[in-house]
Amino acid sequence: MDRKKAVEVVNVAKSFGTFQALKGVSFDIYDNEFFTMLGPSGCGKTTLLRMIAGFESPTSGTIRLHGKDILSLPPHKRRVNTVFQSYALFPHMTLEQNISFGLENLGWEKERRRARTAQMLEMVHMSQFARRRPAQLSGGQRQRIALARALAPEPEVLLLDEPLSALDLKLRQAMRDELRALQRATGITFVFVTHDQEEALDMSDRICVLGHGEIQHLGTPNEIYEDPENRFVADFIGETNFFEVDVLAVNGPQATIRTPMGQTLTTFHKGAQVGSKATLSLRPEKIGMEDQADGPAQSGELMEGRITGRNYMGGYTHYTVDVAGVELRVSRRNAVSHSASFDPGRTVRLGFRHDSARVLAR
Amino acid sequence: MTDVKRYPFARSFTALFFLYLYLPIGVVIFFSFNENRLVSVWTGFSLKWYDSALANRALMDAVKISLTVASIATVLATSVALMAALVIVRGRDVKFRRLSETVVNLPLLLPEIVLAVAVLILFSQLGLQNGMAKLIIAHTAFCIPFAFLPIRARLQGMEPDFEEAAQDLYATPWTTFRRVTFPLIAPGVFAGAMLAFVISMDDFITSNMLNSGGSTTLPVYIFGLIKQGTTPELNAISTLIVLGSLILATTALILTFRSEKRA
Repeated sequence: MDRKKAVEVVNVAKSFGTFQALKGVSFDIYDNEFFTMLGPSGCGKTTLLRMIAGFESPTSGTIRLHGKDILSLPPHKRRVNTVFQSYALFPHMTLEQNISFGLENLGWEKERRRARTAQMLEMVHMSQFARRRPAQLSGGQRQRIALARALAPEPEVLLLDEPLSALDLKLRQAMRDELRALQRATGITFVFVTHDQEEALDMSDRICVLGHGEIQHLGTPNEIYEDPENRFVADFIGETNFFEVDVLAVNGPQATIRTPMGQTLTTFHKGAQVGSKATLSLRPEKIGMEDQADGPAQSGELMEGRITGRNYMGGYTHYTVDVAGVELRVSRRNAVSHSASFDPGRTVRLGFRHDSARVLAR
Repeated sequence: MTDVKRYPFARSFTALFFLYLYLPIGVVIFFSFNENRLVSVWTGFSLKWYDSALANRALMDAVKISLTVASIATVLATSVALMAALVIVRGRDVKFRRLSETVVNLPLLLPEIVLAVAVLILFSQLGLQNGMAKLIIAHTAFCIPFAFLPIRARLQGMEPDFEEAAQDLYATPWTTFRRVTFPLIAPGVFAGAMLAFVISMDDFITSNMLNSGGSTTLPVYIFGLIKQGTTPELNAISTLIVLGSLILATTALILTFRSEKRA
């Protein structure tokens, strides 16, 4: 697929004093893409976003917007708009005036401004509030106006700095869908920054996982969850069990390892080397669990274990299972068919498909 | 926490406190309506001292000079303070930020008599003759820190997000200041200007040092009157000043309240 590059980040590094916030990262963001920069706080994701907007400049490296170097341009000359974490709606202006502000600065005619503002208000279902001030709005409504204000001037790229973090859970879920729909409808490239992996998995076309000032993994949500590049990514996205394993053989994309529970298995790997130690990552929901009395487990290697802990989470239940001295986390959906719960102390059989586990370099 | 109102004697103590604060002013206002020539002997209600105060040419000249000096000094001092605050609080890569702030505020810590003597010597060295010019320059100088403090406080209390949002929405630095920064810090600027105006109006030491024919400010004139013995006219003048201050303070309160309600 040959797509136009909207943003090119080339070897961008940033130091604050002796602290290296970004150690030379490079990636491309394509037109019409929902691109997410994900990482723990302090990973440099917000700094990167602020560099694209023009509020900060890199220590070295280049940023291009549709092929043009933008580093020498001040923020007001860059055709990108930002949705701020705090929304930053101007408190002394009505919603209409807030949305129209960018258009005025671009020199749009009054009639055109009015039409565009009305259109944006309608797009975010806020037309009846046009004359209100931001202080009279709820969090979700402010969020919508911030979006409308940033989208009104038709930026080449829309930057979103953790825009959902101030909303409560229900609203956040609804806004995710709305954001995604807006991106599809407008066709504008969205660059989204978040520390919430669930948000990132739900909304993005591609995710860039940042950690320790470097790109840890860049890929689709599915790739990042199912085939993490390294231990950091497997740990940061979702939950997982980590085991230290011995690498017995490597054959192309497959590696054969021995687990601390005593099994030998062959599965996909990233950077494993024969004779060295590696990490095995096994997601809690990939492990099947059955009552010992039910006979043999359906699939994969069988292990016998004893339940030592249980956390009821509503939709699913987390168990902690002791297998030959190794603690395993197992997650089970509370579906109709097996709504019965396993009590702590019970002996169970565990099994998993070998190819659902991943061998990662340490 | 225990409600403060429940402490024994809270009411009477509060009453005593306000009496202590406002009784002297009350007495002045009361006797300004006294008919008698003697300040402290009440014989009957009269407005004649107001008549004579308002008909007093020298007094009215002093009021005019004070108002002129205070108005010009307020505008100048507030402008300088606003620029200083913008650079010190918002400026990027400002070296000696703390030091600059201290230097701006230093006049607050120096005894006024030192500053007064200093400007007197400076002006005579420079050979500056114009009385009004001397007053305006000196007043502007000591009013700057008073105007600076509320502006700086307001600017520091305001997240830079709004200004960044403005720039993000294609506003040039000047447009950003005009349409976002200034409207948002306006209450601080107004408070700073009010403070500067009051400080200038009230100043005695410096104004007295620089006093010459045609540049006698109101406080200096009043002081001159007292030296000749108190007259009930003084009570009338004082009452008028209190009235003026009340109007000013009320306006300020209403404006601040409105801007807070809006934000």
